[in-house]
Amino acid sequence: MEKVVNQKAWFLVLPVFLIVAFSAVLPLMTVVNYSVQDTFGNNQFFWNGVGWFKELLDPSTDLGGRFLASLGRNLLFSAIILAIEVPLGIVVALSMPRHGWPVAVCLVILALPLLIPWNVVGTIWQIFGRPDIGLMGYVFNSLGFNYNYVSNDIDAWFTVILMDVWHWTSLVALLCYAGLKSIPDAYYQAAQIDGASRWAVFKAIQLPKMNRVLLIAVLLRFMDSFMIYTEPFVVTGGGPGNSTTFVSIELVKIALGQFDLGKAAALSLVYNLVILIVCWLFYTVMTNAGSERPPKEGVA
Amino acid sequence: MARIDLVDLAHSYGGNDAPPESFALKPVTMTWRQGGAYALLGPSGCGKTTLLNLISGIVTPSRGKILFDGTDITQASTQKRNIAQVFQFPVIYDTMTVGQNLAFPLKNRGIAKAEIDARVAEIAKLLDLTPVLNRKATRLTADAKQKISLGRGLVRSDVAAVLFDEPLTVIDPELKWQLRSKLKALHRELDLTMIYVTHDQTEALTFADTVVVMHDGRVVQSGTPAELFDKPAHTFVGYFIGSPGMNIVPAEVKGREARIGGHVIALNRNYNVLPGTAKIEIGVRPEFVDIAAPAPGLLSAKIERIDDLGRVRFARVRVGDAKLAARVPQGFSVPDSNAGLVFNPARVHVYADSLLVEGAA
Repeated sequence: MEKVVNQKAWFLVLPVFLIVAFSAVLPLMTVVNYSVQDTFGNNQFFWNGVGWFKELLDPSTDLGGRFLASLGRNLLFSAIILAIEVPLGIVVALSMPRHGWPVAVCLVILALPLLIPWNVVGTIWQIFGRPDIGLMGYVFNSLGFNYNYVSNDIDAWFTVILMDVWHWTSLVALLCYAGLKSIPDAYYQAAQIDGASRWAVFKAIQLPKMNRVLLIAVLLRFMDSFMIYTEPFVVTGGGPGNSTTFVSIELVKIALGQFDLGKAAALSLVYNLVILIVCWLFYTVMTNAGSERPPKEGVA
Repeated sequence: MARIDLVDLAHSYGGNDAPPESFALKPVTMTWRQGGAYALLGPSGCGKTTLLNLISGIVTPSRGKILFDGTDITQASTQKRNIAQVFQFPVIYDTMTVGQNLAFPLKNRGIAKAEIDARVAEIAKLLDLTPVLNRKATRLTADAKQKISLGRGLVRSDVAAVLFDEPLTVIDPELKWQLRSKLKALHRELDLTMIYVTHDQTEALTFADTVVVMHDGRVVQSGTPAELFDKPAHTFVGYFIGSPGMNIVPAEVKGREARIGGHVIALNRNYNVLPGTAKIEIGVRPEFVDIAAPAPGLLSAKIERIDDLGRVRFARVRVGDAKLAARVPQGFSVPDSNAGLVFNPARVHVYADSLLVEGAA
């Protein structure tokens, strides 16, 4: 049969093409453009080649030092909250009811933190943690802990991490719950018949069946925590010192505080690249976790 | 290895207080012999899976008792019952290899590794799974996955019974035959009690020595395939088993005669004592009704169509309001519209309120 050639179809793609161009491609190209130039204002730009990138990756320069330090803090932060939120989310999902009205109650309660805007969450915890008028800060100090997130690095980290766990564990739990609900009853029945313990059921059925949603949860939580800005900014302002200054906070300081467009653009691009690479790593590792290995010799 | 007794066993998903008619399984008392091959046959929703799940302990009965070798295990958990069950759709442990899947029920029970390996190898060989033993189970076809499920059911040698819940639904027809005969062979070899749930009469009749027919939550008959065919205890068994099913026609029965619309059909036995208010029907299998040229003395029927099944032809006919099927004798040229029906008196059964009535000699 003759293939029908109809170039009019291009017009149907055009709106999407324009939207993507103006919302993603053009701004990104502007950033690329800035990243290879320097400016002293007045809309005058000078060619700088890969200068900013060199500086960015050199810890001995001011820019490089600040970037690499905040990158390190950010990776540590993401690692800690993933290590807490993923297992905790799974545990919450496993202990949720399966039938009846308690399901609805649990879902609503879990969804609440997710519905609160970032800066409100920040404000809540900023007040909650204050030693003078905040419930948490006051209780900690009354119990004899010298807790003060404004002056102590560890306390600041503790507060920011606790806040993130409070805000986002629900997301992991809801995703896992959806994954658990999709497992047919026959699997549990078969496991009963096979005499599997609770732990064996989790390892052999629930965890593998949650693999897909866990991947989504890990990717979402990594990206979000790696781009975190508002909450720590509201609670600690990046301090004390620079101890909770994450990459996005540093970026805003450089771009808007110092108006170093070139440095900020170069930083943005590398920042973006790091996120892409880490997500790709997670994706590859987690999707290959269940796949076939070359057959080994001998009995299974 | 056990005899399984069901004593007044009944179950309702709506709780014990639900009206008796709504029970998914109405009270049943019966015995499953050690080493028997049973088929539980019935249409969807007749309670056969419920009965199976009660025996395996997935469902706890509303009433009655289950005894394994005389010991009451009604409240015992599935794990403690020592039962194997294979489900309708394959259940595979995704992260494990085929071998690990087969070993899982043994491993959970703390059996020595050498024994597990030997047993897994044996079952894999029986089910032709040896070449894929070290492969991940997830990547296999539905057929192979169901074979793994079957294997997990058969791998334990000490089970009281192996229960199959329509296990061959997802399997290709050709492989179905092979697997069924394999199961049959395994049954002979392993001396296991097997209970096989199906809605397919061929499957039931070829697999089992005893077929238990269920209808609307009740066990209506339990017997050998021949018994079910020759002497259905319930009209449901009559038309559910056999293809086409038994002809069931309302009739007036008196002594050795049955009357359909004024026409008399001779009966082999004497039915003088029939329950007065009961709905009386006669049942006769199409194999025992022959089509003949219309003649006086024969019940006259209107031919609607002829089904040619290859080895045998059946005529679909109408007598008054009743639809019947009748065998077309070989070489008989079927008349266009009307024909006579010749009944084999020895094969005509009488049913009162759907239950078989034994006549006097």
